Amino acid sequence: MSEQASNPIRDAIQQAIDENPVILFMKGTPEQPMCGFSARTAGALQSLGAPFAAVDILPDPRIRQELSALSNWPTIPQLFVNGELVGGCDIVTEMYETGELAQVLGVEQTGSEPVETQAVGPRPMGIENRLN
Amino acid sequence: MPTAEDVKARIEASIPGATAEVQSPDNVHFNARVVAEAFDGLSRIEQHRLVYAAFEGELGGAIHALQLKTETP
Repeated sequence: MSEQASNPIRDAIQQAIDENPVILFMKGTPEQPMCGFSARTAGALQSLGAPFAAVDILPDPRIRQELSALSNWPTIPQLFVNGELVGGCDIVTEMYETGELAQVLGVEQTGSEPVETQAVGPRPMGIENRLN
Repeated sequence: MPTAEDVKARIEASIPGATAEVQSPDNVHFNARVVAEAFDGLSRIEQHRLVYAAFEGELGGAIHALQLKTETP
C-alpha cells in the first residue's frame, strides 16, 4: 500500500468538511476550549447562535498536520463554511465585528451583545474515531 | 527566540513595500499590523497567507501565535 494513495486522516477531514456546512477545527471543544484563540472563535459562532460542527484536533497530532496540508493554513483554529476556509481567529473575529460572519452564516446578528448559546449548539466530532 | 523586531523585519523583507508594527509580550506570542500595497485585491485569507509565508514552518512552533491584521495603504 503506497502512502500517497491512502491517507485516511486527510480523507476523514475532507469528508467532515464536505458533510458539515459550518465546521470549526479547534483545540479542545466549544464547551472546554484549550486555547484562547479557539475559545474566541467558537465564542463568536456561539454568540450568533449558528449551528456548527466542531473537531478537536488535539487527540492526534496527525489531524493538525493533515488539516494544514489540506487547507494551506498553518494555525488552529480554522473555520470552514460550505467547504471553504473562512479563516482563523483573527479573520473570524474581524468578520464577527463587521457583521460579515453573520452574513456568511446566513443568520441575523442581534446587536453587539453576545446572546445566550442556543440548544442547537455544537456537536463535537472525533476524526480519530473514524480511523479504525 | 524571535523578537518583535525580528518578526517585523521578516515580514517587511518578505513582502516588498510592507510596513509592519509588531508587538510581543513574551517573544512567543506576536501581534502584528501589516500595511502593504501587495494586499490590494486579495481576500483576507490570501493576505494572511502572504504574511504567513514569511515564516514557513515556524508558526505554531517557535512563533506560537501571530495575531494579524492586514490593511492596504
